[in-house]
Amino acid sequence: MSVIYILWWRQLRRYGRSRARLLASLGQPLLFLVAFGFGFSPVFQRAGQGNYLQYLAPGVIGMGVLFSAVFSGIELIWDRQFGFIKETLVAPVPRYQIMLGRTCGGATVAVLQGVIVAVVCTVLGFRAGNVAYWPAAALFMALIAVAFTALGAAIASVVEDFQAFPLVMNFLVMPLFFLSGAIFPLRGLGTGLTVVTRFNPLSYGMDGLRGSLTGLWQFTPALDFAVLGALALVLLGASGLMFARIEA
Amino acid sequence: MIRVQGLTRRFGDFTAVDNVSFEVASGEIFAFLGPNGAGKTTTIRMLTTLLAPSGGRIEIDGLDVATHHFETRQRFGIVFQDSSLDSELTARENLLIHAVLYRVPRRERAAAIERLLRRFDLWERRDDLVKRFSGGMRRRLEIARSLLHTPRVLFLDEPTLGLDPQARNQLWTHVRTLNEQQGVTVFLTTHYMEEAERAAARIAVIDHGRIIAQGSPAQLRAQTAADSLEGAFLKLTGTQIRDEDAGSSDQMRRMARAFQR
Repeated sequence: MSVIYILWWRQLRRYGRSRARLLASLGQPLLFLVAFGFGFSPVFQRAGQGNYLQYLAPGVIGMGVLFSAVFSGIELIWDRQFGFIKETLVAPVPRYQIMLGRTCGGATVAVLQGVIVAVVCTVLGFRAGNVAYWPAAALFMALIAVAFTALGAAIASVVEDFQAFPLVMNFLVMPLFFLSGAIFPLRGLGTGLTVVTRFNPLSYGMDGLRGSLTGLWQFTPALDFAVLGALALVLLGASGLMFARIEA
Repeated sequence: MIRVQGLTRRFGDFTAVDNVSFEVASGEIFAFLGPNGAGKTTTIRMLTTLLAPSGGRIEIDGLDVATHHFETRQRFGIVFQDSSLDSELTARENLLIHAVLYRVPRRERAAAIERLLRRFDLWERRDDLVKRFSGGMRRRLEIARSLLHTPRVLFLDEPTLGLDPQARNQLWTHVRTLNEQQGVTVFLTTHYMEEAERAAARIAVIDHGRIIAQGSPAQLRAQTAADSLEGAFLKLTGTQIRDEDAGSSDQMRRMARAFQR
C-alpha cells in the first residue's frame, strides 16, 4: 500500500508544481465550451432542445478528465526516456503496485482537472442540478479517469517515443469522444451511428456524468456504472500486463 | 559476493553477452571495462534484474537472481549510466520515494535521509528541485540514494560520465570511503582507465560480448607488456573506433542531458 501511495503522491507533487500544465490543459475544454457552447446555443435552442451550454458543459468536463487521463501516459514515456522508471523497475516491489500507484496518481490529476473545468463552466453560466447527485458525478469522473489513465499507460508501455504517442492516442480517443454524446444528444441518430455510440464505452461515462449533474439520462445510472466499471477493470488488467513487459 | 557463470544474452541472431563468467569477492572494488557496444551495460542490466539472461546463472550474496528477484534487489544499490532521479522533485523527496520502494522502516527514514545527504554534502540543498543541481551533485545524490537501504553491493554504471575532474575526484573519494569503512562491494564500469586503475582491485575486460582478460591492473599491464592500463586496454581491444547505433532512447537521453544543462 505504501508503494502505491508514494507513487500516487509523486504524481500529485509534480502536478502541483506545474502551473503551465494546469493552464495548458484547460485550453481545449475552454475552446469547446466557448466555440461550441456559445456558437451552437441559438441553433440548439431554436430546435427546441433547451440551453446548449447546460447540455455541453458535462461533456466538456468529461473531456477535461478524459484527455488529462489518456495523456498521463506521456509521463510514463518521459520516465522511460529520462530514467526514473529504472528506479522503480529495479526496486524490490511487484510491478503491478508500480502500475497501480502511477494509475491512481494520473487518475487523481485527471479528476482534479475535471473539477477545475467544472468550476470554469459554472463561471460561464452552467448550473449543476441537485447537490445530492454530485458524489455520483465524482464517481463517474473517477471511473472515466481510471479507465483512460490505464489505457494511456498501456499504450505508453509499448509506444516509446513522444511523437507517436499523441498520434496513437488521438486516433483512439478522438473518435471515442466525438461519438460519446459529449457534444450532441444520442437520441434520434441514424441506425449505424446509434449502434456505434452504444458500443462506445465512453457514451456511458458521459451519460453518467451528465445525468448526475443535470438529471438528463440517456441510459440508466446502473448500466452506466456497470459498463464503465467493467471497462476500468479490463483496462487496468491490460495495462498491468503491458507494464509488466517493459524493459528498461 | 557476485558469482556469474556462463552468462549469455541474445537479441535475435545477435549475441550481446556470450558465455561470460567471473566472480567478485565480498568487499572488493571490481571494474568491468570494454569499448562501446562490448556488452557492459547488457551485463549490468542482467546483474540488476532489469533484463533476463538467455542462459547462465547469476548469484548475488548467495542468492540466485533468477529465483530470488526481490531479495537480491534489496541487497544491491545501483547508479545508472543516465540519471534516474526525478528532476521535478527535491533531493529529499527523491530519497523518500526510494526509502518507501525499498521498505526502509518509517521511523528510520528521516534520519537515514539526513545522514546520507549530510555525508554527500547535499543537506543544505535538500529542499531544492533536482533540476537545479549540477551534474556532480546529481551523481552524489544518486549514490546517496542507492545507499539508503544499506545494500551490500553497489553497481556503478559509468558514474563519472560528463563530470568535471573535481566532481569525479570527489565521487571516487566517496566510493572508496564507502568501500573501506562499510565493506560495500563495488561493481563499476567506466571509460576512464586511470579511474579504474586507481579504484579497482581487479578488472575484467569484455569485448564483443566475451571476457578477454581478467586480473589486477598490474597483472593486465604485465600480460600485455603495456606501461599503463589504457595501453593494456588498447592492446586487448584494438585501436579501431567502435560506433554504436543510437536508438531513439539514446537520442532522447542526449536531449535530456542537454535540457538538464
